[in-house]
Amino acid sequence: MNLQLIALAVFDGVAYAALVFMVAVGLTLIFGVLRILNVAHGSFYAIGAYVVASVGGAIFAAGWSPWLAFPLMLIAAAVVGIVLGGLIERLLLRRIYDKEEALQILVTFAVFMILEDVQRLVWGVQPYFEATALQSLGNIQVFGVYYTVYQLILLPLVALAVLAGLRLFLRHTLSGRLILAVTEDREAATAIGIDTDKIYLMTFMLGAALAAFGGALASATTSVLPGIGADMIVLSFAVAATAGLGQIEGAALAALLIGLGRSFAVYLMPELEVLIPYLIMLLVLLWRPEGLFGVTQTRKI
Amino acid sequence: MKMKLLCGVAGALTLALSSVVLAADKPDQLQVGVTAFLSGPASVFGEPAKAAAEMMVAEMNASGGIGGVPLKTYFVDEGAGGEAVLAEYRRLVQDVEVDAMFASISSGNCNKIAPLAEDLKVLNFMWDCGTQRIFEENSYRYVFRTQGHATPEMLSSVLYLLKTKPDFKSIAVVNQDYAWGRESWKMFSAALKAMKPDVQIVAEFFPKFGAPDFSTEISRLQALRPDVIVSTSWGGDLDTFVRQAAQRGLTNTSTLVLPLAESSLERLGKALPAGHIVGTRGDHYFLHPERKSDLAFSGFVEAFKEKTGAYPIYPVFHMSQALNALKAAYEKAIAENGGDWPEREQVVDAMAGLSFAGLGREVRIREDNQGIEDQLLGTTIHVDGHEFAVLDNMMMFDGDELTTPVGQESVSWLEQLTPEFVGKVKVEAFSHGS
Repeated sequence: MNLQLIALAVFDGVAYAALVFMVAVGLTLIFGVLRILNVAHGSFYAIGAYVVASVGGAIFAAGWSPWLAFPLMLIAAAVVGIVLGGLIERLLLRRIYDKEEALQILVTFAVFMILEDVQRLVWGVQPYFEATALQSLGNIQVFGVYYTVYQLILLPLVALAVLAGLRLFLRHTLSGRLILAVTEDREAATAIGIDTDKIYLMTFMLGAALAAFGGALASATTSVLPGIGADMIVLSFAVAATAGLGQIEGAALAALLIGLGRSFAVYLMPELEVLIPYLIMLLVLLWRPEGLFGVTQTRKI
Repeated sequence: MKMKLLCGVAGALTLALSSVVLAADKPDQLQVGVTAFLSGPASVFGEPAKAAAEMMVAEMNASGGIGGVPLKTYFVDEGAGGEAVLAEYRRLVQDVEVDAMFASISSGNCNKIAPLAEDLKVLNFMWDCGTQRIFEENSYRYVFRTQGHATPEMLSSVLYLLKTKPDFKSIAVVNQDYAWGRESWKMFSAALKAMKPDVQIVAEFFPKFGAPDFSTEISRLQALRPDVIVSTSWGGDLDTFVRQAAQRGLTNTSTLVLPLAESSLERLGKALPAGHIVGTRGDHYFLHPERKSDLAFSGFVEAFKEKTGAYPIYPVFHMSQALNALKAAYEKAIAENGGDWPEREQVVDAMAGLSFAGLGREVRIREDNQGIEDQLLGTTIHVDGHEFAVLDNMMMFDGDELTTPVGQESVSWLEQLTPEFVGKVKVEAFSHGS
């Protein structure tokens, strides 16, 4: 493997990691605060992608400017996060916070299954493809290979911006600090007057919006079709577990690790491509069962 | 008076009894169970096939059904998984007592259903699945395939490639990582190596089924620059691969060979450029060069487009073949039974050597129950009047020559082909608009 191929594998790995990170960070944020492993997270990803692909397809066909694709992604993510995420948290999850973990997973899994069918009802089964955003940015040639600017430059930049934005939000704004306080100790936070219900709702909507944003960004690069949510939830769970559940910077590093591992596998041993994310997760968890950045839970009583 | 009535009843009874002796009672309806993917990624095939079955059955029933008996269809979702499909299959055969089953789209399901159909003694048409193994590894009385199988599909793709691009040097493959992706490449590469021994296979990729992103494979392929890239993928996987390849210019440097892309042409729109090779899993094409001006064909194509918003794709044509095979088998059995409604076993007997035509060329059932179907391939071209690529430089291959002979195993049969076969094989040529 020469230097050129190593560089190509790195580019591919980073572009892929950027998308996975967006979904995994939402998952891990929700887990950190709500302590719920949200299987329905994959549905937010899928619905975000469907909304952008179908609305985008319609407005570009009507002759609107292709640059609207970018604001459309943000709007779609916000709408899915606030409306769908908000409804699910208020109507369903709120009732099960003090129930067993197994039950919580079953409930979010049920939501996931229901939303899968809702997608089929609304969007049908034929794949959607809406690549206007990707095409409008064009290609660049690196080492004799054409990459899309969208995947090589935009996606990693957006992922970095999301990471920096989340750090800034959590550490330097009041709402963010409230979220951190609730993550640290819910009871103590309630005792000093923090409205945990509001924090839970806000976090869930934010996490759902991040997943939908991941889907919106991915929709320009892939076919949107039934089943994409299931794939993404499995992969982003692997990332979140590798990182340590609840760890935002960890999710970025784990996504990068898994993205690079996967692209090097394609270059060196294509047979391992599918296995690599889980192999990495297995190795990390054998070495650090709480994940790369996870902290060992101290018993409270 | 009483006596007269008694005589009448006796006479009626005698008549009724004598007709029972001659033939089975004509039923109120002919019940057919159809398994198809109505969920999951393969519903891109199942949904159009179901819509087509409903339209075709309505049309058949409007003109008297089969031998005067209307058809009724029951659908089973293959997306529910193998076990659920088998359970539903049993229920339809044993409780609903359907007269025939059309199963299935998935080769995995066909493998499991064939022995079950044999046990339940129900007429079963493998209406869409491609695995060549079923009749090569076992023989069946009740199971038939109303279309070709994977071997002629792969062999015709190799032949078309060798006839249109005889001087290419290197090839790479990007197939889905499941039974079909692996098996089809095994056959494609066996045929290719036999007929072009100096070919270089530079990369073999089997990305995960349903992979959302082929960027890494595409970078690697751009660095390798093979002359030809083959992919037997279908549905969203194929669409994604072709679009990503086109976006990054891979379609300018390599010729794609896509044996299943007829089912993606309309969805891909302008994303699939001109000059790439497309197969149709038979002679299935909404602009079939021999049938497109025939009213029964064009009328159906228009009605289907009207109803579903898309042009018919190969599973629709496979469905038309299965329904027409059923009709032909019953009509043959009725004729052989002196015009009376046949017993089920008589219908199974009538399948031997049956010929029928759906919306394509005639298909013949061979002695091993395998259908012999001609194969149509073409090269993409963009023309006015279509928002997506259509086929030009079409070649129709004769199914007889391309289907593994009875009693032989496909891969070893393909391996013994020689480069001379390319020149010997019969081909009829058509161009777009001809």
